[in-house]
Amino acid sequence: MSKYLVFITVIGKDQKGIIARISNAVYKHNINIEDLNQKVMEGYFVMTMLADMSDSSMTIPELKKELSVIEKEMGLSIQVQHEDIFKAMHRV
Amino acid sequence: MEYSIEEVMETVKMTLYHNFDIRTVTLGINLKDCIHSDIEVFKSNVYDRVTDYGRTLVSEAGKLEAKYGIPIINKRISVTPVSLIVEACAERDAPVQIAKTLDRAAKDAGIDFIGGYGALVQKGITKADALLIDSLPEVLSSTERVCAFLNVASTVSGMNMDAVIKLGKTLREISNRTENGIGCTKFAVFSNAPEDNPFMAGAFHGIGEPDFSLNIGISGPGVVRSVVEKNKDCDLTALSEVIKRTAFKITRAGELIGRELASNMNVPFGIVDISLASTTKVGDSVAGIVEMMGVEKMGAPGSTAALALLIDAVKKGGAMASGNVGGLSGTFIPVSEDSGMNAAVKAGALSIEKLEALTAVCSVGLDMVAIPGDTPAETISAIIADELSIGVVNGKTTGVRLIPVPGKKAGDYVNFGGLLGETYVMDVSAFGSRDFILRGGRMPSPITSMRN
Repeated sequence: MSKYLVFITVIGKDQKGIIARISNAVYKHNINIEDLNQKVMEGYFVMTMLADMSDSSMTIPELKKELSVIEKEMGLSIQVQHEDIFKAMHRV
Repeated sequence: MEYSIEEVMETVKMTLYHNFDIRTVTLGINLKDCIHSDIEVFKSNVYDRVTDYGRTLVSEAGKLEAKYGIPIINKRISVTPVSLIVEACAERDAPVQIAKTLDRAAKDAGIDFIGGYGALVQKGITKADALLIDSLPEVLSSTERVCAFLNVASTVSGMNMDAVIKLGKTLREISNRTENGIGCTKFAVFSNAPEDNPFMAGAFHGIGEPDFSLNIGISGPGVVRSVVEKNKDCDLTALSEVIKRTAFKITRAGELIGRELASNMNVPFGIVDISLASTTKVGDSVAGIVEMMGVEKMGAPGSTAALALLIDAVKKGGAMASGNVGGLSGTFIPVSEDSGMNAAVKAGALSIEKLEALTAVCSVGLDMVAIPGDTPAETISAIIADELSIGVVNGKTTGVRLIPVPGKKAGDYVNFGGLLGETYVMDVSAFGSRDFILRGGRMPSPITSMRN
């Protein structure tokens, strides 16, 4: 089955448990983490997670809704976007 | 990872902080096959076609918005120029009846604006064209979502000055029938109007188009402004390069979404319009980019050169990103809808004459310009003739969206509300050209060699 790759990006203040909570949320819904990166950029903690949703019954809006709980509780900004938009913009 | 964290964040930041969005997805719909001499059957055909496709457009666009995390601000429809499709009807008010049908259909489908209520009269006016032009004050004061256009000039036909005379009076009448002249914000007059423009008020589905065509307008003044801000010290050659690269990226995003939307709707993909389209939001202003480039205030000497460089770079990046660049693909500098343009008018840095000069090199016209309500009709016609001449002679599209504001004089503040913005009434020369305009006739098409 072909992959359904999305980028989950997190911007906010560095704190304990960001990756743990997000990984747990995606694991619960049968979403596989393909890659993960984190860095402090312009003073903010930034994390990008490439995840495959092909085995999950969830849609992007449903995943976003689920993650918005973590977003609110931890004061973060979390985006979920299909990988194709990054391919279109950054690869000729 | 195939992408660096910087690349991913660049995209994310564009929408989060720099107002990057898909400004409009506009479905062009052919209505010629809806024509019927029985107006009731005709209206029902039009209503069904527009609501059917309009609803699909809204729901499919919503799905892609969620998939890619890029907001799609407006979902719109453009139709075959209405003057063409009412010709078989005997009723004198057929254009008005169709306008009201389009308005109701747009509303029921959740479409915010529907364009195409207009005519192409650059060479002459048919009976149906005349009925449509005469109906504009009624239609624009009694419908909410219908946008009107008139193409009165082209490089191959010249300019129909009889139509231009009529327009001066028509604009005054539309203005008098709507609060603050707001009906005029839904009416654009063109030379060389493109058949695939997705932007309102001038969108229509041209007669050279297929049954359907999905056109997309991207927007990113805020994104471009932010890269200009990051490159404060580079020379203009280097600045052009960074703008080009940014334009490439945002055009690719537009193309991806446009193609997928067209494919999901099972209609042909048309074009990406790469125009930088500002909004009233601070930070989403084309004037803001020019000022970030180093021009003290939009309208100051240097503005024309800066805008020329800007749009040239956008076009180069856009053309590399998509083989389907079309529509207007210039730069919009709508005065009331762009906070920086508006501030420049308030500061006295920007006049109608300078706006006209700006449109000669890069932008698409005198857009959303409020003028005194007592401006003589012949002077309004003369401003239109001046602006459209630039388009005719230079083989490009130019448009005019003037709003004579009843009871207001130069310098007065006017608020059109929401996305239409707010502005200050601009000064119009006290000298007129009545005798020149009232000669009428057709200005011949220009010679296209001897280009100086």
